This record gives sequence, structure tokens and C-alpha cells, in this order.
Amino acid sequence: MSLLELDQVTKRYGAETLALDSITFSVQPGEFVAIIGPSGAGKSTLLRSINRLIDITSGDIRFDGVSVPQLRGQALRHHRTQIGMIFQHYNLVNRLSVIENVLHGRLGYKNTLQGMLGLYSEQEKREAVRILETLGLSEQMYKRCDQLSGGQKQRVGIARALVQQPKMLLCDEPIASLDPSSAKVIMDTLQEINRSTGITVLVNLHQVDVALHYAERIIGVNRGRVIYDGPPHALSNAQIYQIYGSEAGELILDLKERYAA
Amino acid sequence: MQPDAFFRRRRIQSALFFLAMVAMTYGGMVLTQFDLVQGLSVIPRAFAWGIANFVPDERAWARLPRILEKLQETVLIAVASSTIASIFGLGLALLGANTTRPHPWFSLPARAIASIFRNIDVSVWALILLFSFGQSGFTGFFALFFVTFGFITRVMVETIDEVGIEPVEALRATGAGYTAIISQSVIPACLPQLISWVLYMIETNIRSATLVGILTGTGIGFLFDLYFKNFSYGSASLVVLATVAVVLLIETVSNYIRRTIL
Repeated sequence: MSLLELDQVTKRYGAETLALDSITFSVQPGEFVAIIGPSGAGKSTLLRSINRLIDITSGDIRFDGVSVPQLRGQALRHHRTQIGMIFQHYNLVNRLSVIENVLHGRLGYKNTLQGMLGLYSEQEKREAVRILETLGLSEQMYKRCDQLSGGQKQRVGIARALVQQPKMLLCDEPIASLDPSSAKVIMDTLQEINRSTGITVLVNLHQVDVALHYAERIIGVNRGRVIYDGPPHALSNAQIYQIYGSEAGELILDLKERYAA
Repeated sequence: MQPDAFFRRRRIQSALFFLAMVAMTYGGMVLTQFDLVQGLSVIPRAFAWGIANFVPDERAWARLPRILEKLQETVLIAVASSTIASIFGLGLALLGANTTRPHPWFSLPARAIASIFRNIDVSVWALILLFSFGQSGFTGFFALFFVTFGFITRVMVETIDEVGIEPVEALRATGAGYTAIISQSVIPACLPQLISWVLYMIETNIRSATLVGILTGTGIGFLFDLYFKNFSYGSASLVVLATVAVVLLIETVSNYIRRTIL
């Protein structure tokens, strides 16, 4: 059974703008999927519709057999706990320590009082420490997040998502603000998580070469429509043209040739 | 247009503006029968009189315990109104800020309420509340409370929006509830600014409280008014000196706190 199924998902902003246009695809458990496309293609909207940070206009999204658009209150919160999210700008509370930010990933499981007071169990704290250790952040555990480098912040973001014990990770341009070496560390980490724990990874990228290198499957989006859905090796230059439009085409083809060589 | 013509027009504009200013000033002086020469010549005498009467005398020092008692009362009312109003102000700011409002409809009313409370001056509030509470500490308390409430709401709405939606979005994505998001992400992120603004309001309110006291006949302002109207200028000046000393002290303390938390 598919973990995630999108069926004719459409999102309209106002009367004019069509951010997502009848998007249909499904994701199997354990897949590593990259969504590529130019800025403004609807990649972010697509990811945010899956954990309902954005409400879709029509269509259906089923996650683990549950229809997402109808979820309310407690059921919606439960749905979100099963999906970790990683952001381009890390979205950490910079004034708090690394460990506090990581434990935020447990807030979805808390009742109002526990959440308000930030009461975490012994076991949750140990788990947070363990995850930080595996990500190589044990030295930074009690540092404030504003003292970290971009790559370290993103690893904190990953730790916060992992502590949720999610079935899937949604990564929204996770390396767009990072230098090449930090970007590689982050992508390797995501791949490692995907391979060792079997957590499904859905990652938005605008670097085609990175997508081709890491993903088992590419979904190309342009103007809210799926242009390509298949394995990286079957993605033709013409299709990359179609996804990115003619302007960026040459540069990207160049990248692909280098990757292929 | 030629450069010459452009600069000529500029000069004519400046000259006209200057002439208008002179005409308005002179007109104002004629209308109010203000004599500039007399006005200026009286300044040295005013200073001499002020200095002669400003030094606290024997009688004034004897009144010091009473002055300090009233000053303490005033400071405590100012601190209490500032802190309690800040709690309410933060609450309204959370409802009004773009990132934390429960529904877009909350924003405008919250900002409008803040605006009304903030833009009515503390002295006006004191006069309005005088009708409800009479000459009591409550009048001063609520006058300071309302202004602080409006001010803190306003600045915290801006602070919350400045801190940004990003951590809020991240916590929503984890499934965290509204109160958890507020207490674990928004409040920690805004805390230094919040404390800083509350300290600022405490300082401001201690100063305003003196004025409010004159209007409402309570606290240190009442003492000042009383001594001044009894021609006990020495005692009135001791009130002023004591107030200045306390204001400076509070400012030093709050600056120290600010440096420590930021």
C-alpha cells in the first residue's frame, strides 16, 4: 500500500493563481523522492499541503490510509506528528539551546499543559541526545542555536524532525542556504536516514544535479503541474528543458552532462 | 527647464518660506501681546529666584520620611500597573500579530484597541478615570495601566511579527498545539524585547505617575502640589530631587538588567 497518495490535488490562490494543478502521484514507504522545478513552480505549496500547513482547494491527499484534507483538531495534530519537516531557513528558535529545539519535535504528542510548560519525559530527552550524537552534534547540545553554522542548524532541524519518530520527512529546499560542503553533509545525512531507518523522504530541490545524484525517483513540476515522474536515469534533457523552461535550460543541461560523465 | 531658472525658483521658494515664518511668528506675538525684550530679560531673574527657593530647607528635610513613603507608594503603583498591563498587552498582541492570531479577523480589532488606549494621553486617562474612581490610587493605577496596555500591545505585535513565522511554522508542522507554540517558540524568541519594553514602561510610568498624582491628588504628585501651593518651595523641591534620584536609580537598574539579558 502506498504511504502517500495525491489525487487531483489543486490549490488556487484567489481567482487567478493556480499554484497546484491536478497533481496526482503516490509514494511508497521507504522511497527517496526529489521534487524539482523552477522557483514558483509550486514545490513548497505541494509539500505544505501534505502536512496541512496549507489547505488545498480540491482533490484528496491520503497519508497512511487517512484522508488529510478533512482532518481537524486532535486528528490533524496526530497526522502532523507522523511527518517531520525540514526547512530552507532551518526555522529554529535561535535564542534557545540545541536540545530545547530538538525537543520541540515532541510537542505534537503533548497535551495543553505539558506543551505549555515544555514538560518532556526522561526517555524523550535521552532519545533527543541519542539523535544529536548520531548527527555529530553532541558538542553543541547546550549551545544557543544562533551560535551554530548553517550546516549545524540544518542538522538540528533534522534532529527535531527525527525525534518525532516520523514515517516521512518533508524537506523544503534543505540545502538552498548552505555552502556546497555543508549541503553534501545534509544530503548524505538524509540519504543515510532513508537507508538505515526506512523513513520515506520527499525533498524539494532546485539543484538538478543534486536531485539526480541522491533521489531514486524524480518528480518534475512546472506551473503547478507534474511534467515528469520517474527514475533519474530516464529523465531526458528535453524533459529538463520542459521543467525549467528554455531560459535555465542550457545551464542545467551542462550540469547533467557533468554528472553523467 | 534651464538650470538658472531652476535655481532662481528655488531661491524664491526659500525666501517665501522664510517670510511666511517671520510673518507667523510676528503675528503670533502681536496677537498674544508677547514682549520679546521683557520675556528675555526676565530669564536671569527667574533663575535667581528658582535657585534661591530650590534648596531644601530645614522644614523640608523634616518631611523627608513622608516624602519617601509617598514616593514608594507611587513607584509601587507604577511598577504594578506596568507589569500587569504588560501581561494583558502581551495577550492582546498575540491575538493581533499576523503570525500568532487565531484568525485574520482578530488583527484589526486588536490593533484598534491598542491604538485607542495608547493615543489617549495618560493625563487625559487620569481625568476621565477621576469620574469613576475619584481621588484614589486606583485612578492613577488605571491611567498608567491603560496607556501601558496600549503601548505594550502595539510594540509586541511588531516584535512578534519581526521575529517571524518560521519557528511558528516549524512547530505547527510537528503537530504542536497553539499554547505550546506560543509558550515554546514565540515567547522565548520575544522575551528580551518584552522585558526591555516592560522596563521602559516602568521608567516612563514612574515619571508619568508624578504628573498623574498632581491631577488625581494621590502619591508623590499630591505632595508636590500640596507643598507648592503652600509656598513651601523647599519641600516641593525636595520632592522633585527625591523623584529624580529614584528615576535615575530605576534607570540604572533596568539598564543593568537589559545588558544582562540581551
